[in-house]
Amino acid sequence: MSRTFSIGGVHPHDSKISRECAIEPLPLPPTVYISVSQHIGAPAKPLVAVGDKVKVGQPIAEPGGFVSAYIHSSVSGTVKSIGPRPDLAGLPQMCIEIAVEGDEWMEGIDTTDTLVTDIPSDPKEIIEKIRLGGVVGLGGATFPTHVKLSPPPGKVCDMLIINGCECEPYLTSDFRTLLEKGEQVVVGTAILKAALGVDKATIAIEENKPEAISHIREVISKMLKVSSKYAGITVMTLKKRYPQGGEKQLIDAVMHRQVKSMALPIDSGAVVQNVATALAVYDAVQKGKPIIDNSVTVTGECFPRQANLLVRVGTPLQYIIDYLGGVPETASKIISGGPMMGKAISNLQASTLKGTSALLFLTEAQTKRRPAGNCIRCGRCADACPMGLEPFLLNRLALAGMTDELEKNAVQDCIECGCCLYSCPANIPLLDVIRQAKGQVLGIIRARAAAAKAAAGK
Amino acid sequence: MSQTIIWTIAIIAGLGLVLAVILWLIAEKFKVVEDPRIDEVEKAMPGANCGGCGFAGCRAFADSAVKAPNLDNHYCPVGGNDVMQKVAAILGHEIKAKAPMVAVVRCNGTCEARPTVNDYDGAASCKVKAALYSGDTGCRYGCLGCGDCVAACQFGALSMDPATGLPVVDEEKCTACGACVKACPKAIIELRAKGPRGMRLFVSCVNKDRGPAVKKACASACIGCGICFKTCTHDAIVFENNVAYIDYAKCKLCRECEAMCPTDAIHGVGFPKPLDREGIKARIKERQAKAAEAAKAAKPVEKEEQ
Repeated sequence: MSRTFSIGGVHPHDSKISRECAIEPLPLPPTVYISVSQHIGAPAKPLVAVGDKVKVGQPIAEPGGFVSAYIHSSVSGTVKSIGPRPDLAGLPQMCIEIAVEGDEWMEGIDTTDTLVTDIPSDPKEIIEKIRLGGVVGLGGATFPTHVKLSPPPGKVCDMLIINGCECEPYLTSDFRTLLEKGEQVVVGTAILKAALGVDKATIAIEENKPEAISHIREVISKMLKVSSKYAGITVMTLKKRYPQGGEKQLIDAVMHRQVKSMALPIDSGAVVQNVATALAVYDAVQKGKPIIDNSVTVTGECFPRQANLLVRVGTPLQYIIDYLGGVPETASKIISGGPMMGKAISNLQASTLKGTSALLFLTEAQTKRRPAGNCIRCGRCADACPMGLEPFLLNRLALAGMTDELEKNAVQDCIECGCCLYSCPANIPLLDVIRQAKGQVLGIIRARAAAAKAAAGK
Repeated sequence: MSQTIIWTIAIIAGLGLVLAVILWLIAEKFKVVEDPRIDEVEKAMPGANCGGCGFAGCRAFADSAVKAPNLDNHYCPVGGNDVMQKVAAILGHEIKAKAPMVAVVRCNGTCEARPTVNDYDGAASCKVKAALYSGDTGCRYGCLGCGDCVAACQFGALSMDPATGLPVVDEEKCTACGACVKACPKAIIELRAKGPRGMRLFVSCVNKDRGPAVKKACASACIGCGICFKTCTHDAIVFENNVAYIDYAKCKLCRECEAMCPTDAIHGVGFPKPLDREGIKARIKERQAKAAEAAKAAKPVEKEEQ
């Protein structure tokens, strides 16, 4: 009787072909390019100048606003340049270039493997450590974690959900993390629980990862003997369904609560954090180690060597691919992230970010879009939409440029999961158009809010 | 039997009469007096309702024009000076003739000059493509080639040239309504003065990157060398952000910049004669030599201002 979310969703093929590959560290690249906008919110402000010597874990950029995060050097070496560099979509982003020299870590970072189970009890102290560690949500959105852990006054959190769904096909980095770093994830969960002051925490894992479920259950029972602080952490098995890892879908699946349009999960009494984020929280709080690396799945049927790699932030994508044998000839599309929500890479000279979860190679047969036909009003997209929207209608409104109607039909609630595009029998590029319209409508909503604020201030 | 029919007709006719009187009274009571000139002006308009004038349509334009004290802020780009003369005559205003405008595509990146570096497989819309990434060529400023401008044009004045992958403006049909300018997410299309007898010069590139990067992406882009800026004797070229821009109000159409441009990014349109590159270059050389001599003669050396 495993649970799942109530509306919409699709069942793409699992394709977790790299699930048996243990996480292995990638050798250090000769140069890293660390972007200062690796999170949602204001870009970080560089703290170093060209020619400075930096060590691993040294802060090199500070938050540029409330919703922003620290950026740390992932290598030791010399800062070569600070300037714009094309990201994986070819658009310029401010990057700090560091030439790697040795591997010297900052003092105060515990680089040993010993498990630190003693959890600080002061939430403020925890949140400050998380902030200084530059921890951001590693589930994809890269929202600064310390902001998420400081709910606005009056909002009460009932449950912490640790997202171990990994519902995207191909991705296995969270699965491997659960298997190999299960203890750390559980300690990280307990830390997040203490920071929020909640009694209940659930680690939600989809049923296609039975090894991870049984392993985490074992770890929890083991940890319970160590300290009572680990009480209240449970594992929940969820049915396999995409997009279960979406924040709102996960809250629905685990708590049977809905998040209102334009509301935050905390409004429904939930905070959702990814497994990788829990691990990063453990590292930041218990070991003093900021986010300097993350695990990246490199996979695809046409890719000869599947791998789950531990990659330093800012490693050039080309370097990772060359390490594993280069781009296969049959590959026609390389995606950063999973096949459903990932972004196609047009520039392999770009570097990894904190939130990079996978490099996926697809052949032309797997990825080439068939020509779009006409909408036959079958309604499959509306059935598949996990947000209860009507993609066929949004598509037509977007093409007609009717922004008022788009807003009335809640285009701003689209989570860009791609279920509509996946289920459309006419191959209409629904998501492409809706995503653009959503950006436009969100811009209008934000401008209106800013104008209202300015008017109220007068 | 016949009486029933007569009664029916009489009652219905009477009812109709009474209701007609009520309707007439209400119409009299709530009559909105509208300036009859609004209808006249609307009739004189082209009726395209394109919004190029900045109003919601021809009726809105007419309404606003009638109320305005003068016609300085009202101009119908579609109808041009002819229509504006008619409107001015109806309203009894004086107007100055405006130079006719035309849409100009400021991208030189033909398939040949600007090779693609990746394949785009998404929705065929520039708007969508621009929101996703930098585009399928090395230039992130250039034409995306999905034809949003063509779709936006109500007058059939734009078409995509399959050979170059760039939109082409039909000057005869273009009314300078500005719909394509709004539709282009890369702000490549600009409305410029048609120029005397259709002659005009413009920089057909908007790439703001530095020279080496631009050159790598496109063979016929403005590389920001500044030669045109130094050559121009009419102060008509603005050079900012590594890209040149010709101010059409100041340009005297001498074509010196066009001759000097190393990448042919400056386009001359409508000139009766082909560009005499060598002749113009010789002319510039001669002038510069003379200027140098004059500067030498007039000591102390003062910085020559162009």
